[in-house]
Amino acid sequence: MSKDIKIKKGLAIRLKGEADKTLSNAPRSRTFAIRPSDLHLITPKMVVKEGAKVQAGDTLFYSKDNEAIKFSSPVSGTLTEIERGAKRVITKITIEGDQQDVFRDFGVKSPSSMDAAAIKDHLLVAGCWSFIMQRPYAVVANPEVMPKAIFVSGLNTGPLATDLDFALQGKEKELQAALSALAKLTEGSVHVTVAKNGNSPLAGMSDVVVHKTNTLHPAGNVGTQINKIDPINKGEVVWTIGAQDLVVIGELFVTGKYNAERVIALAGSSVKTPKYYRTRQGSEVATFVYDSGLTEENVRIISGGVLSGTTISPKQHLGFYDTAVTVIPEGDDYEFFGWNKPVFNKISTSRALTFSWLTPKKKFDLNTNTNGEHRAFVVTGGYEEVFPLDIYPLQILKACLVKDLDAMEALGMYEVAPEDFALTEFVCVSKQPHQQIIRDGLDLMYKEIG
Amino acid sequence: MGLKQSLHKMKMKYEGTKMAPAFNAIHTFLYLPNETTHNGTHIKAADDLKRTMNIVIMSLVPCLIFGIFNAGYQQNLQMDVVERAAGFLSTEFWNLENFSIGAWKVLPLVLVSYGVGLLIEFIFAVIKGHEVEEGYLVTGMLVPLIVPIDIPLWMLAVAVIFGVVIGKEVFGGTGMNILNPALTIRAFLFFAYPTKMSGDQIWVAGDLKNTLAGQPDVLTGETILGSLAQNKEVAFSLWDQFWGFIPGSVGETSTFLILIGALILVLSKIGSWRIMLSAIAGSLVMGLIFNGVVAQGWIGESSKFFALMNTEFWNHLLIGGLAFGIVYMATDPVSASQTNKGKWIYGFLIGFVSVTIRVFNPAYPEGVMLAILLMNVFAPTIDHYVVEGNIKKRAKRLKVKTA
Repeated sequence: MSKDIKIKKGLAIRLKGEADKTLSNAPRSRTFAIRPSDLHLITPKMVVKEGAKVQAGDTLFYSKDNEAIKFSSPVSGTLTEIERGAKRVITKITIEGDQQDVFRDFGVKSPSSMDAAAIKDHLLVAGCWSFIMQRPYAVVANPEVMPKAIFVSGLNTGPLATDLDFALQGKEKELQAALSALAKLTEGSVHVTVAKNGNSPLAGMSDVVVHKTNTLHPAGNVGTQINKIDPINKGEVVWTIGAQDLVVIGELFVTGKYNAERVIALAGSSVKTPKYYRTRQGSEVATFVYDSGLTEENVRIISGGVLSGTTISPKQHLGFYDTAVTVIPEGDDYEFFGWNKPVFNKISTSRALTFSWLTPKKKFDLNTNTNGEHRAFVVTGGYEEVFPLDIYPLQILKACLVKDLDAMEALGMYEVAPEDFALTEFVCVSKQPHQQIIRDGLDLMYKEIG
Repeated sequence: MGLKQSLHKMKMKYEGTKMAPAFNAIHTFLYLPNETTHNGTHIKAADDLKRTMNIVIMSLVPCLIFGIFNAGYQQNLQMDVVERAAGFLSTEFWNLENFSIGAWKVLPLVLVSYGVGLLIEFIFAVIKGHEVEEGYLVTGMLVPLIVPIDIPLWMLAVAVIFGVVIGKEVFGGTGMNILNPALTIRAFLFFAYPTKMSGDQIWVAGDLKNTLAGQPDVLTGETILGSLAQNKEVAFSLWDQFWGFIPGSVGETSTFLILIGALILVLSKIGSWRIMLSAIAGSLVMGLIFNGVVAQGWIGESSKFFALMNTEFWNHLLIGGLAFGIVYMATDPVSASQTNKGKWIYGFLIGFVSVTIRVFNPAYPEGVMLAILLMNVFAPTIDHYVVEGNIKKRAKRLKVKTA
């Protein structure tokens, strides 16, 4: 039942500083870190102490709520610091890496000869479960629940995003192994969506249903694909896995190693030579950001994309799930009569003396300025133009704000993740934090209903 | 740059104090603030609420300028100073004499409306500790355009206070109100001071008080609706009505300029074309129904409804405040329906009810104000049923699955 998806409501945000399609190895990072804040709602319980030696793939900690869900070290080295914040919550786990990685051997296995329980155990023990996310709630999947389907997005459509066709090149064997393994974990199908005119290695996979889509953002968001292919109803669970995380899972089967390698796009208008780097989960971003060089001083470094990434400093580390690092200029400056003069150098979906509609192909150099102050919701109708899901965005946001659980459920809260509201947040005239509102709403539901 | 830095220093100094919102309101008027994104999207689209409101104000400026000239023109016409304007660009209309008379009448209205309204906004912002919101920038422009030219300034001030406090601030400010604040102000005026809001003495400026022997005390000039409601002949040609050379509220007379304003709003994607289009359709449909009733002979010429009911269905758009209401009032995003489907229904009913009230209420023939206020109240209900459709669809999907 392959399906062609055509997304008409959306917005192509074209930015300067797209990563050049050349892949280099990033200099080896000295320290590696995992920030539990990347792992939403996971409370870590440490199994190794400060000063302990670990191999790549050794369990560092497990989830307090479910001991089976383990998180593995991306490198071999010495665990140097467990940083704690208020109420002794673990905020960062730092590992000083060895010169050469020593991998823990999980054994080469063939998914086709394993049953579902064995595959699940294998993934859990190796720490690969951390890559399997579930909806509703957009958190790490609960291994005890059988999902009705599994979704993998084979394309990124966001601004400056990693080109998956490029990043996944040559990983066919790993991808196939991972997909075959996952196919045994669901009663339904594994849905893989690729670009219509792309040459994704995922297009030729077996054991899965391949769908094709156009590339207007947010067509690449897995949430959009779920909504168009097989929307989630109350009581149902689907799993989603990032395409690069599939490679890590696949390598576990093919080589027996937990190899948390990442191909990341270093992009953004402040990067001197934007290009792709091969690095490792949790690497210090300074290793490749300064390798490429920056064009200015006052910049924001984002682990992830400009729409949903996390602000970090160059000393900090690549986020757990992130496959891109974006550097854009900070916009902490005033602009004289910026609210009423004609605007040619910023993106807008209106034509309120904003002229980006005249130049649809132009690439813009946007900074982090909010272009206005935070206000109550006033303007209506703008979100719907960039929101392709069959959900009323303004109404669901308001339901989240007033914590109306019944309304949230009825309006489709089980189907969404914060990233689905990135575009509505981008165009929001009132500068409301949509993704945060949805995140808080999901957390509330998880606590009350989940 | 000197100004930028000294303002920044002052902002830092005032930060967290009671007067900070008042200072910030002025600061952000001059400069787009230096605020940066924190969580969520790191980049933002160029539009903010100030920009949005600014476009609405700009689309109102032609109506305001025309209103100023028209105020003078209507007076001079009665005093036989000028001749009837022949075309839109006629010098009988666009001349300094008309302008100076009109400016003296209209600009005080604008000043009072903005002065009083913004003062209240500032006070509320300081008391409640939130930023001064932009909503009143548009309301303050709308108010002088929808009142009769001869309204006393104190009356306007009282009405503005009532409208802003009761119509908006008690609900929590811009974005939270149920009724359109500008129309709340007008409705207050209408019900509190009916003699100053209807009749035939208020639409033409000139409280002359025997300055010249043999001249009337007060210049009278009826609106077309007023004449029709009394089954009188209309003294203005259709072109006059279209260009706007007729008595009426300050800014609502020129259908031509309202049309230009509508184009600005629709092309800039600020105003909802769905509401405008469906409201026009609604009024045409109701007009056609009434024309049909007359054609059937069910209503005789003796009926007090006859003249308005017999008005050609499309002519309703040219007279009274219908066009102005549809373009500038019905499209207020806060008090209108918020779903796209809801906007179609909401707009249609506004047009439909406006013409109905107009015909059946000869005592006060201007129905658009009441129609919009009524639909403001029903907008959440319309949205409720539209959203319910989406919820039902989702529930049905679940049922099919489990069955």
